[in-house]
Amino acid sequence: MTPLLTVDNLRVTFPRATGPSTPVDGVSFSIDRGERVALVGESGSGKSLTCLALLRLIPHPGVIAAGSSIRLDGTDVMTLEGEALRAIRGGRIGLVFQDPMTSLNPVLTVGYQVQEAVTAHRSMSRAEARDRTVALLEEVGIPDPADRAGAYPHQLSGGLRQRIMIAIALAGEPDLLVADEPTTALDVTIQAQILELLDRIRTRRNMAVLLITHDLGVVAGRTDRVMVMYAGQLIETAPTPRLFAAPAHPYTQALLQSMPRLTGPLNRLASIGGSVPEPTAWPSGCRFHPRCARRIGPCAAEVPPWREAGPAQEGRCWLIEGQAP
Amino acid sequence: MTSGALLEVADLVKHFPQGGGLFRSPRVVHALNGLSLTVAPKETLALVGESGSGKTTAGRALLRLLDPDAGTVRFDGVDVLAADRKTLKGLRRRMQIVFQDPYGSLDPRMTVGASVAEGIEIHRLAQGPEIRARVERLLGEVGLEPAAADKYPHQFSGGQRQRIGIARALAVDPEFVVLDEPVSALDVSVQAQVLNLLLDLQRDRGLSYLFIAHDLAVVRQMAHRIAVMYYGRIVEQGSRDDVLERPRHPYTRALLSAVPEPDPETQRVRIVLPGDPPSPTTPPPGCPFASRCYHSARDRRCDTERPELRSVGATLVACHHAETA
Ligand SMILES: Nc1ncnc2c1ncn2[C@@H]1O[C@H](COP(=O)(O)OP(=O)(O)OP(=O)(O)O)[C@@H](O)[C@H]1O
Ligand SMILES: Nc1ncnc2c1ncn2[C@@H]1O[C@H](COP(=O)(O)OP(=O)(O)OP(=O)(O)O)[C@@H](O)[C@H]1O
Ligand SMILES: [Mg+2]
Ligand SMILES: [Mg+2]
Repeated sequence: MTPLLTVDNLRVTFPRATGPSTPVDGVSFSIDRGERVALVGESGSGKSLTCLALLRLIPHPGVIAAGSSIRLDGTDVMTLEGEALRAIRGGRIGLVFQDPMTSLNPVLTVGYQVQEAVTAHRSMSRAEARDRTVALLEEVGIPDPADRAGAYPHQLSGGLRQRIMIAIALAGEPDLLVADEPTTALDVTIQAQILELLDRIRTRRNMAVLLITHDLGVVAGRTDRVMVMYAGQLIETAPTPRLFAAPAHPYTQALLQSMPRLTGPLNRLASIGGSVPEPTAWPSGCRFHPRCARRIGPCAAEVPPWREAGPAQEGRCWLIEGQAP
Repeated sequence: MTSGALLEVADLVKHFPQGGGLFRSPRVVHALNGLSLTVAPKETLALVGESGSGKTTAGRALLRLLDPDAGTVRFDGVDVLAADRKTLKGLRRRMQIVFQDPYGSLDPRMTVGASVAEGIEIHRLAQGPEIRARVERLLGEVGLEPAAADKYPHQFSGGQRQRIGIARALAVDPEFVVLDEPVSALDVSVQAQVLNLLLDLQRDRGLSYLFIAHDLAVVRQMAHRIAVMYYGRIVEQGSRDDVLERPRHPYTRALLSAVPEPDPETQRVRIVLPGDPPSPTTPPPGCPFASRCYHSARDRRCDTERPELRSVGATLVACHHAETA
């Protein structure tokens, strides 16, 4: 069976006076129908731009570079225009952003905004649109949905606003829900509610979910597979349990070791020196090499190839078995 | 109150007037509703709780950066809230704060060196070239190059800016520092650097910290004692291990269960709280947690009578049913 989504050599560039920057630089992955995939990476690693590229929503003056390929269910997303492109945006691919306050319109009721999304992809009577809207609000766990539909965004808590965003993303009956840090702005107790909700909806609808996060903690037990992104590239992908049990890339290893835990021995945290590089100055060779404690000969100059590292596990590192040139 | 305490806060109340307009009477936000805590010399007390529970208000009120409506704050025996200008100036040298937001808390038009030197000049802790030497020493202490003194905040990463904020607070050689979510805005890989730095500085300088945070895994790494806030009051308080391993308040339990756990082997049973916290403008008559409480012994009393913080086992708990599991 062909995957639902296949991304090949995705590159996003921004023109600059001193030469273009490439915040997403050769990302390839695929997602199966109904699969739960996490994209994990630190701030600036290119996660959001990768998501936006799937919908061809890269902000001006950025562009998706020639040679990038995005196929959804056999359709070449890169060549779509007009109506066909709109059928993907908010239709076959639903998108939930990190901050609901900036993506909801403050002067329209939330019911109106959900209803707009409901009718955007399918024509129906007003009564039917209203019923669909209330049903969606109910599905995402809004109490008194018919009543709350009349509320404005600022009258709702952060958790309820994020539920509205999810309702909007679900309105087009998507095959793939892309959730870009859907809980980063929320408290842990509310975060747990929202993640639980996403999981229930996914099971019921058999959608695929791409969950973007910088918190490795939230992906455990909630996703089938994790992709780790660093400096515009994927550096490792593995089934979720495997990634935690036997991370192949030193960056993944270091990330896991630098995370404070609630259980287990209480030791000084291992820290990664330096800071995340900027897309205007990606390091040569392996992009993690300036911060890597396990760096060897070729790392500074030569880009490591993408190689198999274990069962269904792949990574980009010279230390992975039999790779050093 | 315990003598040996460096800082003693009792029954602190702060209400903010909010809104009001042509058709609405102004309401008050109940940010602090009787907060009491103590911090001993060289001790870290962690203040945890969800967004809006009053953590930042507490931190600012006890430094008198805002005026509480009622309550007392004593620092080393001195009444902070009654202090005259001269006494307050002396206290401000001994009590410092590192703000929540590493982006907004530094003046963008001032060089980093000028920012760090400000307190040294105000308190006349050094003169002439000795100021610059002191600034460079401080920057070195937080892991920055001396040349950083001549740059502006925007030229630094988030983690570096947080270090500058720490250097600025330490410049006046304080005994006590309020750390308001010092790592929340940082990447995982940088977070560990800053946490380790704070621990080293505490050890080397004998500092006391009020460590405000919402991430319990981070708190475990840093705190000697933990105070859990809900709706402007402390609902549970005790030693780190007692609170994390034997929590009694249902809110503390839910909070702990919601912490994302990266190790799939040790997944906890997640308590997903229903609903939202009560509105900050309309305090419920009973227990503020009652609207979300799942405790099996929850009864009518919870809706009518506010539980006081009392000693149960090794910790202080504000719950009518703290004895029942
Ligand atoms: N409109 C833009 N113009 C120029 N550069 C941009 C633009 N949008 C993003 N970038 C750059 O691209 C890089 C990747 O950005 P992106 O938003 O994808 O990161 P991210 O992984 O989602 O980070 P975060 O965790 O902070 O959301 C960043 O360094 C950012 O500065
Ligand atoms: N200057 C102000 N005017 C009006 N209301 C305020 C003001 N400062 C804080 N509040 C309100 O007081 C309550 C407590 O806010 P506070 O910032 O202390 O919470 P917090 O626990 O620090 O939250 P967070 O985790 O989001 O930083 C909130 O309801 C907040 O909206
Ligand atoms: Mg992003
Ligand atoms: Mg705060």
